[in-house]
Amino acid sequence: MEERATKVLLEEPQTLFLAPLSRPALGSVGKTGTWRTMRPVVILDKCTGCKICWLYCPENTIFMRDDGKVRIDYEYCKGCGVCANVCPFDAIEMVPEG
Amino acid sequence: MPIMGLTGNYAVAHAVRLARVQVVAAYPITPQTTIVEKISEMVEKGEMNARVIRVESEHSALAAVFGAASGGARAFTATASHGLLYMYEVTWWAAGARVPLVMAVVTRAIGPPWNIHVDHQDIMTLRDTGWIVSMAQENQEVLDLTIQAFRISEDPRVYLPMVVGLDGFILSHTRAPVDVPEQEVVDEFLPPRRQPYVISPETNLVMGNIAPDDIHFLMRYSMSEAMEAAKKVIEEVDREWAKLTGRRYGGLVECYKCEDADYIAITTGSWSGDAKKAADMLREEGYNYGVLRLRFIRPWPTEKIAMAVEGKKGVIVFDRAVSMGATGPIFADVAHTLYGSNISLMGVIAGLAGVDMKARDFAEAMRMFSSRVEEEGRVYEPRFWLLPRRYRGRPERVKEVAKRWS
Amino acid sequence: MLVEIRFHGRGGQGAVTAANLLVDAAIHEGKYGQAFPHFGAERRGAPVVAFARISDKPIQIHSQIENPDIIVVLDSRLFELTDVLSGLKPGGVVVVNSKGKPPIDGDFKVYCVDATKIALDLGLVVSGWPVVNTTMLGALSKATGVVGLESIIWAITNNFKGKLGELNSEAARRAFEETKPCS
Repeated sequence: MEERATKVLLEEPQTLFLAPLSRPALGSVGKTGTWRTMRPVVILDKCTGCKICWLYCPENTIFMRDDGKVRIDYEYCKGCGVCANVCPFDAIEMVPEG
Repeated sequence: MPIMGLTGNYAVAHAVRLARVQVVAAYPITPQTTIVEKISEMVEKGEMNARVIRVESEHSALAAVFGAASGGARAFTATASHGLLYMYEVTWWAAGARVPLVMAVVTRAIGPPWNIHVDHQDIMTLRDTGWIVSMAQENQEVLDLTIQAFRISEDPRVYLPMVVGLDGFILSHTRAPVDVPEQEVVDEFLPPRRQPYVISPETNLVMGNIAPDDIHFLMRYSMSEAMEAAKKVIEEVDREWAKLTGRRYGGLVECYKCEDADYIAITTGSWSGDAKKAADMLREEGYNYGVLRLRFIRPWPTEKIAMAVEGKKGVIVFDRAVSMGATGPIFADVAHTLYGSNISLMGVIAGLAGVDMKARDFAEAMRMFSSRVEEEGRVYEPRFWLLPRRYRGRPERVKEVAKRWS
Repeated sequence: MLVEIRFHGRGGQGAVTAANLLVDAAIHEGKYGQAFPHFGAERRGAPVVAFARISDKPIQIHSQIENPDIIVVLDSRLFELTDVLSGLKPGGVVVVNSKGKPPIDGDFKVYCVDATKIALDLGLVVSGWPVVNTTMLGALSKATGVVGLESIIWAITNNFKGKLGELNSEAARRAFEETKPCS
C-alpha cells in the first residue's frame, strides 16, 4: 500500500508536496540517555518478567533478556521513573546518576 | 436515467452513489439530514456499496471519514451551521494532512438566536482551512459539482479536501429537475481513487506528529501552491464534464452578460439567479449590469475576477455573511483583487439569517450604487447594510424593535 | 411563461407532496419546475403552505413567492384561520376543496371541488384524515391547465406504486371531472 502511494508521487510529481508524515526512527533527537538525573536499576532477583514496565515505558527503552527478565537501554532511557513506579515487585530502583 | 425531480440534498446523495463512495459518516443537523438519510436508504437497498458509520458528533463524523480516507477509501460527510463549527478542528487536520475528501455543507445561519435558514456565515469559516470551497446555484449543479469534487480533490496536483456548498432549504429542500447521469458516464469521468499516501496497519506511518518549524512552514507553502494548481484542474474538470454531459458552468466563475456590461454584481450561491433577474431589470432602465457568480470561494478566482471587471465603471458585491469588525468576506477578497484600480466598489451585506432577497431588492442596491457612481464619480463603500425590506429607510422601526429586544 | 402557485393545507394533508408531484408532472411535460415547502417548523393539523413554480424555461430565481398566479386550498376552513388570498395577482385563480361557495371577493377565478368526498369515497384516509392532495391536483389541472391530467397521473404512479398509485390517480381523474366554477 505504502509503495503504491509513493509510486503515485513519483509518477505525477507536484512542484512541491509535503505532508505531515513521519516514520519511527531510532534516536531521531539524539541519545536521550544523557538527559537522565536518576537511573532505573533492575534488581534481577526480584524481577519476574511480568512486562508491566515494558508496557508503561514511554520511550520503548525496556527490552527482554534471554532469561525472561528485563533490561534497560541506557542510551535512550530518560530516567523518568515510570517503570520503577509501576513495578508490582519493587524490582526497579531509581539511583542518582553519578 | 431520465430527468428526475430531486431536492438539492437528494442530488448530493445520488452524486455520492455515482462516485462509488465507500465510507460515509455524518451527524444529523437541519438542513443537511436528508442527504445522509437518503444515502443510508440507498446503502440499505443495496444500491450503494458503502459503510455508513454512526457517530456521536460532527467532530467524530469528520474524524471518521478522515481516517477512512487516510486508509484509502473514498469517503464523504455532510453538515451545516453549528455542525460545521463543531467539526471545525478536524477540517484543519484533513486539509493539512493533504487527504482527498469531499463534504457537503448545506449553508445555514449560525446562532444565536437559533435559526435554520440560509446564509453563508457557516461555509465562509472554511476560507482559511485549506479546503477547496465551492457554491452551487441550482440542484443540477449540486449533483455535477459533487461528482467533480472527488476528481478535483483526488487530482495529484491538488490533494486537498473539497466542500460543496448548497443553500439550506433554497436548494436542499426544493425539488427541481436534475439530469442524473448513468453510472458508466461517471465511471468514465472519475478514475479510481488516488491519494498521496495510505495509512494502514502495515505502514509504519505517523500523521500529524511534531515537525520542525521550518518544515511546517514549507507545508503551508505547499498547500498554497496546491490551491493555485487547483485553479487549472477546476477548469479542466469543467471542460471534461461538458464533453460527457453537455453541461458546462465556466469553471471558477460564471459570467452572466458581463461582456457588454458597465457594472458587475458579484454573488455566490442560489440567490445569484435572482441577481441575474435584477441585472435584466436594470438593463431596461439603462444601467448595463452583468453578474459574476463565484462558483469557487477557494481557490479565490483572482485572475477571472480581474478580467471580468477590467474597464468597468463599478463592482457591487453581495455578501450573505459578515466578518464582524470588517466587511463581508467576499467583498474583502474582491477589494484586494482590484488593488490599484480606480473602479468604484461597494460591498452589500444582505439576506442574513434567511431574509428573503428578491430581484427587486438586488435591483434597489444596484440602482443606488450606479446612480451614485454616475453622480459622484468614484465610489468606495465597503459595508452597506441592506436591511430587511420593512426596516429599509425606516430608522424608527429599527429603534422600536431595539426597545423590544433588549 | 412563469406560473407561481401556493398550496394551503393543514399539516398531514399533503400540501408539500402536492407541490412535489406538480413539479414532477411539469418535468414529464418537458417543462421546468421548483417545489418547496415553507421553511419552518410544521406539525399535523396546523395551517401549512407549500409553493411551486412552473415554466417552459429554466427557472433561475430562488426567492420566496409573494404574488402567486394560482392558489390551491386543500381545506376550506383555512379561510377562517389565515389570509389565504394574500398576494394573489388580480385575475388569479383559486382552486378550493369546498362543497359550497367559499368566502372570496375580488377579481379572481374561483373553482370548487368536493375533494374530501372523493378522498373518502376512495378510502384515501391516513390516521383518520382524508388526504386530498392528489385530488386537488386533478382539480388544479382542470381549472388552469398548467399541467395536463395525464402528466399528473404519471407523477402520481411514478411516486406511489401499486394500489395506492391507482387510487390516487382515480382521485385526480374524478376531481378533474367534477371541478367547476364555484356556485
